[in-house]
Amino acid sequence: MPAGPKIADDAPAFVRTAANMMGKFTPHAVAIGFEVAAISRARAVGRVAYREDLIGDPETGVIAGGVVTAALDQVCGMAVMAALDELTPVATLDLRIDYMRAATPGRDITLSAHCYKLTRSIAFVRAVAFEDAEDDPIANATSAFMLTARPAQPEP
Amino acid sequence: MSKDAPSLPDVEAILARVPYAAFLGVRAEAHGDELTLILPFKKPLIGNPALPALHGGAVGAFMELTAFAQLSVVARLTRLPKTIDITIDYLRSGKPVETFARARMVRVGRRVANVHVEAWQNERAAPIAALHGNFLLAEKA
Repeated sequence: MPAGPKIADDAPAFVRTAANMMGKFTPHAVAIGFEVAAISRARAVGRVAYREDLIGDPETGVIAGGVVTAALDQVCGMAVMAALDELTPVATLDLRIDYMRAATPGRDITLSAHCYKLTRSIAFVRAVAFEDAEDDPIANATSAFMLTARPAQPEP
Repeated sequence: MSKDAPSLPDVEAILARVPYAAFLGVRAEAHGDELTLILPFKKPLIGNPALPALHGGAVGAFMELTAFAQLSVVARLTRLPKTIDITIDYLRSGKPVETFARARMVRVGRRVANVHVEAWQNERAAPIAALHGNFLLAEKA
């Protein structure tokens, strides 16, 4: 694994200070082995290493679509963070994923996300999953996030 | 339902062969030919520890597995279907409790199946997420 994520100077200050910890506070991201590779303004790149316990089809050894789903959701959320000026809770509203092909067994998967539009309440994100190059994608994702997620209400 | 359709032990056998299903800790229950998949809560499923809330990706993956399992029963698949596309709507924050999901076949064609899945927790009428997707079917038995 690389020493740490590449953080661009244009990334928000709150992201730059916490970049090495990004993802470490998200138990499910840790569980699938998601690592932050790079952060810049409104953009995030992550990586998931191939692991046998994440296999979705035992006959081919291809990693489960669910892992790609979770990693795309994670990297999209990080791109939203990288587009904001201060730490803001976000919640995924929807996530659409098109699967172009199976991931190659044994290969790490890279996920690249761009928060291309931010309104006062909604962030719009595009992401792609690939092994070598974005123009040879495993999957494409588009997602909308709500900013300032309402905290869970205490139980009555 | 055809008597040739896989019975519940077959579905559990399918799930048991998928390492990722074991990773999530997914179980299945059948009522006739309708499956309910169960995702017991565990800490690695958390996405936001502050709320706390389940990770949207984990909920999405659970619903995708539910579509696979129900398709295997209905379309008598011998191999797992391939996902063409899925759209997930997140409706409520997933609490750190057991989650359930059921799939409805909107249309099962020769090559492609269109499936709708809902996931809920304590209240069936208050789903936490929904998925609809198109799945490419492998050869029938």
